Amino acid sequence: MSQRMLSLYASRRRRNRLAMGLSIGATVFGLAWLALILMALLLHGFSGLSLDVFTQMTPPPGSSGGLLNPIIGSLILTILAIVIGAPLGVLAGTYLAEYGRFEKLSSVVRFINDILLSAPSIVIGLFIYEVVVAPMGHFSGFAGALSLAVIVVPVVLRTTEDMLTLVPNGLREAAASIGLPRSLMIRRIAYRAARAGMVTGVLLAVARIAGETAPLLFTALNNQFWSTNLNAPMASLPVVIFQFALSPYADWQRLAWTGALIITLTVLALSILARSLVSSGKSQ
Amino acid sequence: MSEVALQAMPMTETPATYRQKVLGRLRLSDRLFFWLTRAAALTVLGILGAVIVALMIGAWPALQEFGFGFLVTESWNPVTEKFGAIAPVYGTLITSLIAMLIAVPVGLLIAVFLTELCPLWLRKPIGIAIELLAGIPSIIYGIWGLFVFAPFLQQTVQPALIELFGPIPLLNTIFAGPPYGIGMLTAGLILAIMVLPFITSISRDVFEAVPPVLKEAAYGLGCTTWEVVRYVVLPYTRLGVIGGVMLGLGRALGETMAVTFVIGNAHRISGSILAPGTTISATIANEFTEAVGDLYTSALIALGLILFVITFIVLACARLMLMRIDRKAGNK
Repeated sequence: MSQRMLSLYASRRRRNRLAMGLSIGATVFGLAWLALILMALLLHGFSGLSLDVFTQMTPPPGSSGGLLNPIIGSLILTILAIVIGAPLGVLAGTYLAEYGRFEKLSSVVRFINDILLSAPSIVIGLFIYEVVVAPMGHFSGFAGALSLAVIVVPVVLRTTEDMLTLVPNGLREAAASIGLPRSLMIRRIAYRAARAGMVTGVLLAVARIAGETAPLLFTALNNQFWSTNLNAPMASLPVVIFQFALSPYADWQRLAWTGALIITLTVLALSILARSLVSSGKSQ
Repeated sequence: MSEVALQAMPMTETPATYRQKVLGRLRLSDRLFFWLTRAAALTVLGILGAVIVALMIGAWPALQEFGFGFLVTESWNPVTEKFGAIAPVYGTLITSLIAMLIAVPVGLLIAVFLTELCPLWLRKPIGIAIELLAGIPSIIYGIWGLFVFAPFLQQTVQPALIELFGPIPLLNTIFAGPPYGIGMLTAGLILAIMVLPFITSISRDVFEAVPPVLKEAAYGLGCTTWEVVRYVVLPYTRLGVIGGVMLGLGRALGETMAVTFVIGNAHRISGSILAPGTTISATIANEFTEAVGDLYTSALIALGLILFVITFIVLACARLMLMRIDRKAGNK
């Protein structure tokens, strides 16, 4: 009897050790990929990093050059997308958190927004192609920015709503008790209390679209030359990386790695900044 | 507030009329802001509707030309304008399946580690590292997959697989050579790395939502950590875990750039997962700008519509399950 109990105990312990060993192994395995990818990026991208990258245009194959026009293009597209998408997301998030928190309509919007949040970005590109590029008859930076804006809206909406929901109701009631109209209460009190979180949402949205490639392929397309014309095709860092990496030319591939390093560092910096904003907001 | 505004009253007006005016202005701006936010919320619904309608209109010529056959035809020939979706759909499903087979167990195990085993001071850094992995843009995975991961697979893993499974029937067709490096398996593995953080962070969140009393009771009965996870945590969080897995699946199905780099873009169905193939998103990314002729473009948009419908269903199921576990947590 006690012999059987002991062997049962031993086998339970063995199984437990096996499972826990596997879970530690899985964590190491998961983190290893992050390390491997970052190492490869530094290894291949760092050597190409020089001042030329930020001051020269993209070169024709076989000659040296930089990534100035795609970097500027990416900046313009990102800023424009945020300018269009972020206010829409903030306003919609405000409605869900402040006016219609328990409405049927709000839960439908919430549900649809969550689906848009994870919808394949290439489908967004097709959508903008159909409604903007095809009627206009040509690719344009504006169309690219619009497709990115469609990706920005759900990210900003979600964080705005979450952050406004965290604002204590006592603040709202205090504002109402001194006769503040609801819209002023939202803009002067609730927005101010949730500001750090809302800025985080916008930063996360920037991080999300900074490396977004698929929706730009057939909206903003690409441009070999300097162009800030929103009505014409515009270069962007991710699309240039895509084109250069798949080319047979060594120079172009090197530039693609450098571009990849720049994007990754930007995105990582943005997400770390966003995270620290939220945690400093919480500790206050 | 209106009292404060009244203090700025000009001398030319009586208090009563001025008060009316100020209150009226406030009421108007209040209404305006309400309708502005409501319109923004409705716009989100409008975007989704517009996406569906635009894709349907764009896909209509192809669907009209090929009918239901579009879904079951393998040929993809721009010259003769014969298009069928089955090869990309097959590639999408197989690569996502490979990704889920790897990412689900690994992601769940990491979540177990983070919630049950990990010392408290290490939880946050590891959690952040996993989330950073989720933030890396997909094109980075693509370029890394093409230049680093695919050559590595070609030289070491794939020859070993071919040799290992060579004598075994069935498995030797699944792992039939030659080792190209790029192909379905490579794409599936990269997708696994990409969806791993999503599955991990959602499972960690739902694991953390398990009431401590339940776990403590099980520990009190003498359960091992594994038994607590297996018989208390997993049954309690089943819906949430499935929701997280389906959310990851939605990502894997629609992922474009990482796959486009390493899939090989070959429009055929091959029994071997080492062979090049294509997925819906990779086909669109590779061919859309070069598509000549309305029917070709329309066929590509029809592919996009199929992808959207598949991911919509998967994501909707995921959300419904996650919503249900939220409600459960709320009731406690």
